[in-house]
Amino acid sequence: MADNSLAPAPFSSRSSAMAIFGRNWAVFFLLVMVVVFIFTGKNFLALANLQTIIYSATTSLLLAFAETFVIIARGIDLSVGYVMGFSTIVCAGVIRDLYATQFGVHWPAGVAIALGIVAGLVASLACGLASGILISRFRVPPFIATLGVLGVAYGFTLHASDGGFPIAFLPNVLTEIGNGYVYYYNPVLHAYSFFAPPAGTTGPQIKELVRLFPNALILTLVFLVLLWHLLKNTRFGQHTYAIGGSMDAAVRAGIDTRRHLVQVYVLSALLAGLAGIIWVFQTGQGNFVPMGSNLELFAIAAVIIGGASLNGGKGRIMSTLIGVFIISIMANGLTLTGVETFWRFIATGVILIVAIVVDQLFPDLL
Amino acid sequence: MGYLLEVRNIVKRFGGLTAVNNVSMGVAAGEVVGLLGDNGAGKSTLIKVVSGVHRADEGKVLFQDREVDIGSPMDALAMGIETIYQDLALAENLNTPANIFLGREKMKKALGILNVLDHEYMHEESRQVLEKLDILIPSLRNKIRALSGGQRQAVAISRSIYWDAKFLIMDEPTAALGVAEQKKVLDLVNRLKSHGIGVIVISHQMHDVFSVADRLVIMRRGEKVAELVTKDTNADEVVSLIVGAETVRK
Amino acid sequence: MTRKSGFATFVGQRWAVLFLCLEVVVFSIVGQGFFSLNGVQIVLFYGTSLFLLATAETFVIVTGGIDLSVGFVMGFSAVISARLVAAMVLAGMTPLTAIILAIIATLAIGLLPGLLSGFLVGRLKVTSFLATFATGGIVYGISLLLSGGGETKGVPDLANVIGNSYFLYWARGKGFSIFTRPEVARGTRVIEILPSMLVITAVVVIVAAFVLNRTRFGRHTYAIGGNEDAAVRAGINIRRHYLVIYALSAFFATLAGIIYMLEYITGKPDAGTSFLLDSIVGVVIGGASLYGGAGTVWGTILGCLILSVLETGLRMAGVPTFDKFIAVGLILILAVLIDQFFPELIHKED
Repeated sequence: MADNSLAPAPFSSRSSAMAIFGRNWAVFFLLVMVVVFIFTGKNFLALANLQTIIYSATTSLLLAFAETFVIIARGIDLSVGYVMGFSTIVCAGVIRDLYATQFGVHWPAGVAIALGIVAGLVASLACGLASGILISRFRVPPFIATLGVLGVAYGFTLHASDGGFPIAFLPNVLTEIGNGYVYYYNPVLHAYSFFAPPAGTTGPQIKELVRLFPNALILTLVFLVLLWHLLKNTRFGQHTYAIGGSMDAAVRAGIDTRRHLVQVYVLSALLAGLAGIIWVFQTGQGNFVPMGSNLELFAIAAVIIGGASLNGGKGRIMSTLIGVFIISIMANGLTLTGVETFWRFIATGVILIVAIVVDQLFPDLL
Repeated sequence: MGYLLEVRNIVKRFGGLTAVNNVSMGVAAGEVVGLLGDNGAGKSTLIKVVSGVHRADEGKVLFQDREVDIGSPMDALAMGIETIYQDLALAENLNTPANIFLGREKMKKALGILNVLDHEYMHEESRQVLEKLDILIPSLRNKIRALSGGQRQAVAISRSIYWDAKFLIMDEPTAALGVAEQKKVLDLVNRLKSHGIGVIVISHQMHDVFSVADRLVIMRRGEKVAELVTKDTNADEVVSLIVGAETVRK
Repeated sequence: MTRKSGFATFVGQRWAVLFLCLEVVVFSIVGQGFFSLNGVQIVLFYGTSLFLLATAETFVIVTGGIDLSVGFVMGFSAVISARLVAAMVLAGMTPLTAIILAIIATLAIGLLPGLLSGFLVGRLKVTSFLATFATGGIVYGISLLLSGGGETKGVPDLANVIGNSYFLYWARGKGFSIFTRPEVARGTRVIEILPSMLVITAVVVIVAAFVLNRTRFGRHTYAIGGNEDAAVRAGINIRRHYLVIYALSAFFATLAGIIYMLEYITGKPDAGTSFLLDSIVGVVIGGASLYGGAGTVWGTILGCLILSVLETGLRMAGVPTFDKFIAVGLILILAVLIDQFFPELIHKED
């Protein structure tokens, strides 16, 4: 018996009050941070800024959700940032090649985009399958397997983009969707419309437009609900927790752990690939997210700050959401407060340490 | 005969080493048999043949008077042969119902289409099976991590009973427990008898075996050296059989 | 496993060496000027940062941890040393004094991130992955702060002279000279042997190999990686040991950053980021186990040579360098797969 030293802690009302605070420190921290930024940052509460936060957190959220499943299953996926980059380039490349006339056929934008999305997802699926099979069948440690896949994906990305050049000349409809809003209101014309500014909106009026609910928000909510459901209410989620808690227990309970692990890494890669596709929609080009931006590390940090453990078996979608918002609101608020962006790295590092230490002080029993 | 589970002439070799050599034994329903032997005597190997971890090189396994082929732990589970391992195989990060239903979760339809876990059903069923076996767990919502060793053991046993185990193999059930908890687990084993379940207990603790087992099977160096009725023997005789009579005579 | 054929065993045990030989042969055929004194020196020169970071990583990996901060610490020390040199020169010091003082100060400052990681891992029992990631983030932020995100200017040219000097020069008629380039007539060829920075790296690596292999400290490092509980019971002060291990790792990374500053007379926060992947791959190819308890400095150097030869060879053969990443990823996977199929040959696990 390796670790039975974790003696059952007696529950007293005082310690459980402390424990509730300890286990939910991230929520309190987020609230305090928001309050501080409301008072110190310019326009932090402005509608536009709040929507900016959501908009820019979309891809981080997907990567962190991907990492949540993997970390609960007691793994780690170092490749998410690069799989995202790979999917971005593949998606944008396919759209450009089909949309442009260079092959003699000029595909309609819609078809080109649809095929681009499929191509991006297939590329990321391949990465996930590779990681999953290496980890489950060949028992390669997740750290190494995903590091290897990272290298390969990065190489292919550079190859496909001639060394990292952005893929441009994509249809404009991409950004119209990616940066669009669900609801527009033109106060001059007293007209409203969905998904596009009301007809007859003139150039000067664009500034006056009231935009509500970025498309990114809707997508984020859809994935939030879907993945929350998957983790909380399905066999897949339950087995993910079981595998992370005790691989032995899962195997003996008859769970096909190999297949399950492959599914977890495929899910992770697909979510990363989706983030890459959304990145194409948001930027209107295939701009590879460069090395050094450490997307996977921020994703892992968000999951851990949310209260998951690298020892597996715990973590929640809603906690990850809080972790991501702590990091992205901090970045946003610091920028508005006039503090330079490098504090993001320092602050993330410090919060991460706090998260881990708090986690050790309040073991998760309930 | 009337055995619930019977093994006949089992031989299991690992390379040049014969771990189990021509061993036969049987356990009736509602009977507890203690399997004794020194380290390396072949107890675990024999048990693993029954629980599907190893496949015997020779011999056969009969369950409910029919010859069965147990190719994997899953086959054994499907027949109702459950093994309670020393490390219990519980997911410590999940609560009691989740562990009892692990791998066999009960689903329900939500909104008419979505298949979701039926947490309430699993909670209620778990409560009932624990009640049936007189097991006290403070709160079913607590993670296994918050339970004591004896409580964990009880959860593992109730899981087997809930899933209609007809035969239980218990590997060192009291090894990691305090004295009070040992007694509770042994009481639980005695209660299992009254539910008509056949049990094999492997243990080093002579006291345990004598307090629950109806019969004793003793192995040494891969062979069965004796089969005794518990009330007709005593600890000294058993010990001398375990270590080998020659050693004792010296 | 007695049944494995002699040939498979032979290949399995020595696959890294054989792979390196194969690489050398292939690139000698396809690469322009690969098989030459110059080619070898380019391979080794490119390798200096990698050798140092991978040696740092070896110590940590042998304890069963991982250090994600080595690349960031390297960038950190490149920025700090460049800033210090520039500031001291501005304050009126001679370039030589400034460089020497800055190096000493940077070596001291560079220990801090290692001490932080070591404290987190040893005292607070934080997983090394997260501890060093947090440290790395903090250090990277400070580097960005100090450098303003760009390159640091104002490092005297003397740094470049030192950074790109050679240990030995040979010219016809002048014989050998140490450290100083002989004065020769225009057009006369001077043969340059052993870059100075490579000599420094080699000395450090040899000392590191000795420490890990031959000292009590090294034994304890393996003991902790093999079984931390056993190490504690044997009376090893693991808190202090982790502190020293991560400080040592930071020391090697700091040295790599200083060498970077001397070679490129600038410091930038990203100086080392691209080496993180390579350094871990180098250690793993070298036969270390991420579960701890196994790995040697020489194995690591062999692993790094494979990567360094690959990088240089591909470049000389005219292959776009980004294909290197595909190759590195595949080699890494190959290394662990071989480790799976010949575990009893490479290191013993239960």
